[in-house]
Amino acid sequence: MYKILEKRELNPTVTLMVVDAPLVAKKGEPGQFIILRVDEEGERIPLTIADYDREKGTVTIIFQVVGATTEKLNHLNEGDYIHDFVGPLGRATKTEGLKKVAVVGGGVGCAIAYPVTKKLHEQGCEVHAIAGFRSKDLVILEDEFEKNSTKFVRMSDDGTWGDKGLVTDALRKLIESGETYDEVITIGPLIMMKFVCALTKEYGIKTVASMNPIMVDGTGMCGGCRLTVGGETKFACVDGPEFDGHEIDFDEAMARGATYKDFERHAYEETCNLFKAEVK
Amino acid sequence: MPNMSLKKNEMPSQSPEVRRSNFKEVALGYTEEQAIDEAQRCLHCKHKPCVSGCPVQINIPEFIKEVAEGNFEKAYEIISESSSLPAVCGRVCPQETQCEQKCVRGIKGEPVAIGRLERFVADYHNAHSEEKAKAPAKNGHKVAVIGSGPAGLTCAGDLAKKGYDVTVFEALHLAGGVLVYGIPEFRLPKSIVQKEIDTLKEIGVKVETNVVVGKTFSIDELLDEYKFEAVFIGSGAGLPKFMNIKGENLKGVYSANEFLTRINLMKAYKPDSSTPVQHSKHVSVVGGGNVAMDAARCARRLGAEVTVVYRRTEAELPARREEVEHAMEEGIEFKFLTNPVKITGDDNGWVNGLICRQMELGEPDESGRRRPIPVEGSDFTLNTDCVIMALGTSPNPLIKSTTKGLETQKWGGIIADEETGLTSREGVYAGGDAVTGAATVILAMGAGKNAAAAIDEYLRNKGE
Repeated sequence: MYKILEKRELNPTVTLMVVDAPLVAKKGEPGQFIILRVDEEGERIPLTIADYDREKGTVTIIFQVVGATTEKLNHLNEGDYIHDFVGPLGRATKTEGLKKVAVVGGGVGCAIAYPVTKKLHEQGCEVHAIAGFRSKDLVILEDEFEKNSTKFVRMSDDGTWGDKGLVTDALRKLIESGETYDEVITIGPLIMMKFVCALTKEYGIKTVASMNPIMVDGTGMCGGCRLTVGGETKFACVDGPEFDGHEIDFDEAMARGATYKDFERHAYEETCNLFKAEVK
Repeated sequence: MPNMSLKKNEMPSQSPEVRRSNFKEVALGYTEEQAIDEAQRCLHCKHKPCVSGCPVQINIPEFIKEVAEGNFEKAYEIISESSSLPAVCGRVCPQETQCEQKCVRGIKGEPVAIGRLERFVADYHNAHSEEKAKAPAKNGHKVAVIGSGPAGLTCAGDLAKKGYDVTVFEALHLAGGVLVYGIPEFRLPKSIVQKEIDTLKEIGVKVETNVVVGKTFSIDELLDEYKFEAVFIGSGAGLPKFMNIKGENLKGVYSANEFLTRINLMKAYKPDSSTPVQHSKHVSVVGGGNVAMDAARCARRLGAEVTVVYRRTEAELPARREEVEHAMEEGIEFKFLTNPVKITGDDNGWVNGLICRQMELGEPDESGRRRPIPVEGSDFTLNTDCVIMALGTSPNPLIKSTTKGLETQKWGGIIADEETGLTSREGVYAGGDAVTGAATVILAMGAGKNAAAAIDEYLRNKGE
């Protein structure tokens, strides 16, 4: 059992939790993830490590309420316990030798973009962070990005935060203005990453995309998280979760991501009704 | 006078019509009368050929003698001397190729139903014994066991009985390995696995779930930082194989591992499960081993029409005969000499067909089985909305890649001494599927048992 030490609402649908998990905290690196189960009958879901404190033995996770499991997780409070919490899984982001990087995050993907931004910044790399949200109400980690980047570009779909437009617009503008990057790292919705990768391919900039497919065990056992990368099948849990963005078959990944859409919607509604009934 | 009936007492079972729509255990087990009657078929041969067929060398004639006399608890004690998991082995061991194959009664007629008797004895004990197993006095030496499947549990149990302080590390949230994620409830009820694990805990074995060795910590850390004096690797063969044919990443294509894990470990067959699994109309299972049979029979129980596609003939099926018969009785169709070449999908990326090629058998290959050769121009399409690949598994590379100096075969199996399980690293032993590639529960248990004896000897010598 893993105790929740802190819970903070970052926006109405995104929550941060600091969890007591010393073994994970000891080894975790940006880019890696954990798998948790909320309760004894719970589903296993992967969540990226948003931060860790090796001394305190804590791991921070940030999640958006998108389905039944995240809804249940969001109903836990400080002092409550998460039933299972295993990690760190997957490979860490490769940051060695990078001198200038653009990190492009979208929506709750910014929670994953943040730790790598911070790590790059700490190792003296010039980091341009581009964050995109639908609107101002949904913005997370603004101060953290501001503090840990050389340049921070804000974008929103409706123009209520920073410039109106897509993260690809901002990235193109930077590249066109003469900025050159060793690498672009992108984390967010598949459709956003697909277009970020299409853009950087035009300019021949190496790009790494962080994938978050459906998983069960997270150790290479089930193959549910498989993707096509450069024509080969890869398992996101052990070979990734980060891959060469120019080689990923994003359309296939988007289709596979929707496998249980109907089930999930139903389960989510059921869970919401359950909580509503409790409130009454 | 022994019972000279040529036939085994039949196993009472759920009828195929009933069981194909539930996940309850198929075989119901002998009654006391049936067990005694069956036990009386044993001739008590002096040279005990059956024992030589058992990878953990249970004293079979002795325990059967006690059953014949109605001393079921005494029989359990005899089995327990050699086996840590009798209720499991009585259900999933391939007795027909091991102890029962060597049984003299099998020369003329059927062998003694040793497996069914083992199961009876274990179930009798579990139902009647209130007594908790006693933890032996600790000898102060720490041993780590990686993986809580049959190899790891056996090794842990044997070492704990000798007084070692044993900790088992399991990557998943539940201990049991393939016994809980792979083998379905209707073949091996999970409550039985839990009971066996609880018994190990009673004798002092610690089980740490949610620890991925190779990620959470390495074998070197276990030895250096956590001060374990020896390590046993029983991490199994968890990596699924695919065919590398077109369409394998369509929605509705599963590895058998994923399909079975969702159903067995995550209980996705229950209506209120929070883990989903696809409920399909027509499932195609590719492969002919026990895992293929398990996947096919699970799919059947979820309401699908099921076809098993296998590239050789019925005679070459690697699955246990009993499993194949059960599958056939449950209405599962088999297409032999058939090999998939492509999976087709609809506009939304869902599987809608499996294109297969007819095969014929040619000369024997290196496995001694006749090699299947494609028949040109014989392609046909199976209508299907779910394809499950049950092509075998290979060892997970996680431990190999994080343990310096641990030598492995090209295909990933850890190189370990056949007798002792010793690897290329001092104090590090391995056994089960992690060494052999996918095999059986009882072979893994045999390896765990041998390694436990070797670890005991190693640590005794080291202490001197």
